[in-house]
Amino acid sequence: MARRHKAQVDGATGVPAALLIPAALAVVFLVLPLIALLVRAPWSTLGSLLSTPEVRDALRLSIVSASLATLISLVLGVPLAWVLARSQIRGRGVLRALVTVPLVLPPVVGGVALLLAFGRTGVLGAPLYDATGVSFPFTTTAVVLAQTFVAMPFLVISVEGALRAADRRYEDAAATLGAGRAMTFRRVTLPLVAPGVAAGAVLCWARALGEFGATITFAGNFPGTTRTMTLQVYLALETDPDAAIALSLVLLAVSILTLGLLRDRWLVRQ
Amino acid sequence: MSLSAHIVIQRGALPVDVTFEVQPGEVLAVLGPNGAGKSTVLRVLAGLARPHFGQVRLDGTTLDDPAAGIRLPPHRRPIGMVFQDHLLFPHLSTVDNVAFGLRARGASRESARAVAAGWVARMNLSDHSSSKPRSLSGGQAQRIALARALAGDPRLLLLDEPLSALDARTKLDVRADLRHHLADYAGATVLVTHDPVDAMALADQLVVVERGRVVQVGTPVDVSRRPRTDYVARLVGLSLLAGMAQGRSVVLDSGATVQVAEASSGPVFVAIRPAAVGLYRSRPDGSPRNVWPATVAGVTPYGETLRVDLDGQVPLTADVTPEAAAELDLVLGAGVWASVKASEVAAYPA
Amino acid sequence: MIGRRLIGCAAALWLGLVGCGASGPPASEPPGSGSGSASAGADAPSGTLTVFAAASLTDVFTGLGSQFEAEYPDVTVVFSYAASSTLAQQITQGAPADVFASASPTTMQPVMAAGLNAAAPVVFAQNTLQIAVPAGNPGDVTGLADFTDPDLTIALCAEQVPCGDAAVTVFSAAGLTPQPDTLEQDVRAALTKVSLGEVDAALVYRTDVLGSGDAVEGIDFPEAGEAVNDYPMTVLSASPNPDAAAAWVEFVRSPTGEAALADAGFALP
Repeated sequence: MARRHKAQVDGATGVPAALLIPAALAVVFLVLPLIALLVRAPWSTLGSLLSTPEVRDALRLSIVSASLATLISLVLGVPLAWVLARSQIRGRGVLRALVTVPLVLPPVVGGVALLLAFGRTGVLGAPLYDATGVSFPFTTTAVVLAQTFVAMPFLVISVEGALRAADRRYEDAAATLGAGRAMTFRRVTLPLVAPGVAAGAVLCWARALGEFGATITFAGNFPGTTRTMTLQVYLALETDPDAAIALSLVLLAVSILTLGLLRDRWLVRQ
Repeated sequence: MSLSAHIVIQRGALPVDVTFEVQPGEVLAVLGPNGAGKSTVLRVLAGLARPHFGQVRLDGTTLDDPAAGIRLPPHRRPIGMVFQDHLLFPHLSTVDNVAFGLRARGASRESARAVAAGWVARMNLSDHSSSKPRSLSGGQAQRIALARALAGDPRLLLLDEPLSALDARTKLDVRADLRHHLADYAGATVLVTHDPVDAMALADQLVVVERGRVVQVGTPVDVSRRPRTDYVARLVGLSLLAGMAQGRSVVLDSGATVQVAEASSGPVFVAIRPAAVGLYRSRPDGSPRNVWPATVAGVTPYGETLRVDLDGQVPLTADVTPEAAAELDLVLGAGVWASVKASEVAAYPA
Repeated sequence: MIGRRLIGCAAALWLGLVGCGASGPPASEPPGSGSGSASAGADAPSGTLTVFAAASLTDVFTGLGSQFEAEYPDVTVVFSYAASSTLAQQITQGAPADVFASASPTTMQPVMAAGLNAAAPVVFAQNTLQIAVPAGNPGDVTGLADFTDPDLTIALCAEQVPCGDAAVTVFSAAGLTPQPDTLEQDVRAALTKVSLGEVDAALVYRTDVLGSGDAVEGIDFPEAGEAVNDYPMTVLSASPNPDAAAAWVEFVRSPTGEAALADAGFALP
């Protein structure tokens, strides 16, 4: 055992070869498709492919809806994460399993489930429609709902992890200084888990931005209202693969840019 | 007007049951080995743990009384607490850490900041007002933690091993500082520590807790002169022997007899200082009447001298110079004679 | 029920792809023994037959597949159903299929342009549009003109996919400007919305209405004849099992095949 241990440690980097090789394979596997996208991109016609009003609308819709979905996820998901991490309520494990189901549910099925719940004839949607005439499908609201549905679990899991890892004695200290639970949460707990919340929000936003299946199923697909970038990409793929690649590049650039900005501002605290 | 506490709580498998009182301006040290339940007691006082039984009253107000269903939550108690590893909020500046309690208790941002700045200045750390805790040294952080606890003008100050995370040199400085601030403080203070030096240096009263029980109460001088358990005796560097007094002789449980300076009767403790014990290769002649054979069970450096643990009918600890140790050939298991003058032996009722 | 169908679609696609990858080289297998069906000659086809077919053919082709295997016991038919355009893309990327049955000449085009068809594609079925409404027709839809009513919730297919292209044709023939609320990426998605009652009407193929059971009602309209959709099928030049492929094409065009297509709502050329 000890012999093998020694033999496989690479002198220059200090990384064992047993880890280095699969790690390198993983990098190639993850990065190569992106490089292929860049290599095959229609650079010469990129400008004209992207300057259409439809693309502008889709991009704006994607960014606005993903941001709203992230906001809703923060407002609802952080308290949920707190309940999962800190409360003593019965059935917490079941609750956690339930709220993480959207992580494994095929998004298209998630979209159908949303229709069955919030659609015009849905469990909640039907009485709402009968009472007010309001119906969610085919509206931008539905896009935000679909994105929130698939993206919020990422935030909840991330924040719950941060809360579990946080040193609860800081909360004790705050209590001895006269801070009630609400103030302790706001001024101590939340700042302590801020990196986890930020990371969760970024994941959530990225997932919402890339959302396709639940959106097209629940919200439909109409320019300016519900056609996000991913739907635009999918439709473009039917007729004009070059345009689809160009649009994908835009999504890629937007997400990398956003992640970069957030990283500078929030994620590198220490 | 004072703190009176009778606390009964289960700490894991250990039942804790302690009672004590602290007067305003007084510092009570709860001294005991790790795992004795000291910190649990402090957490009850802070409201962070629920006692199963008993009563905690501060200045006439009941903080805890499980039988009557009374329990004041921690944030409603007029307390300040200093933790072992300071627990300054890492995301707040030094001055905002100190201002936290004032803000929590309703002061405006400006007035809280002003009072906090005054406390930071008293700690001689004004230069670090806007620094984050991670840029402070251990000693500076613990001073700020003290300022944070005191800034709210608490009526009860709780110190949980406040010096034990500091290195030896810093510990001296912070201990002196703490002593100075505690002298100015008008409320009651409860200090939890496992370090007898902290307890001796800072406390007016000692409560020694072992395995969840109070084993000795008294002033630091009392306790150090007349320890009642092996733990305390060892802490203060005394050998503690139990026996029955008959006049100036005490018959130990082992059957050996110790001659003492003052006559008494009944069960007693006998305390012997290591420096009072003389060691010889052969049985000494002359005045010492307390002479016993012993074997060397351990030799450890202790400051300038060597501390020698002795086994035998009368288990003792002796301090000898390195030269004497070499001369006596004090290796493990070596046989020696130990002698103590009767005038150096204190006996007190058990 | 709809959910199960969607999962089924996804599963079929996935299994189809796995099937493609796993299909062995039939050329290396011994020729059929001649036992079994009367129509099987001395060189009866054998091995695995991989058919890439438009999603709208799922039900009818799956049924025909069983009958085909009964007739040619040495052949195992593996289907991959997906949007025709997706299948065309997979074929041009080198997917090892024997037969491609597309839902429109347009989606057959890339395969022909790449010279991957073994012979000229034959049109084996036709489909026309029909108005699909939820059971009970809550929007009181009677004809194509209702698609211009802004108070109704309307689903059409996106122009980029065949059913959307056909919808454009019928609306321009009727001189109407529809007011859709959503442009679905395929027929099944549009139908899902109808069967769940989320839209009052959608324009889909009559075969899809027929395959949707009781949750969806179909309404014929005169302009449907303006957009007859041809389904072309061809054996692929890279087919690993051309004998079985040819037999399949023949089988689909036999009276058995035509009856099954007609039952499913297809018109015959």
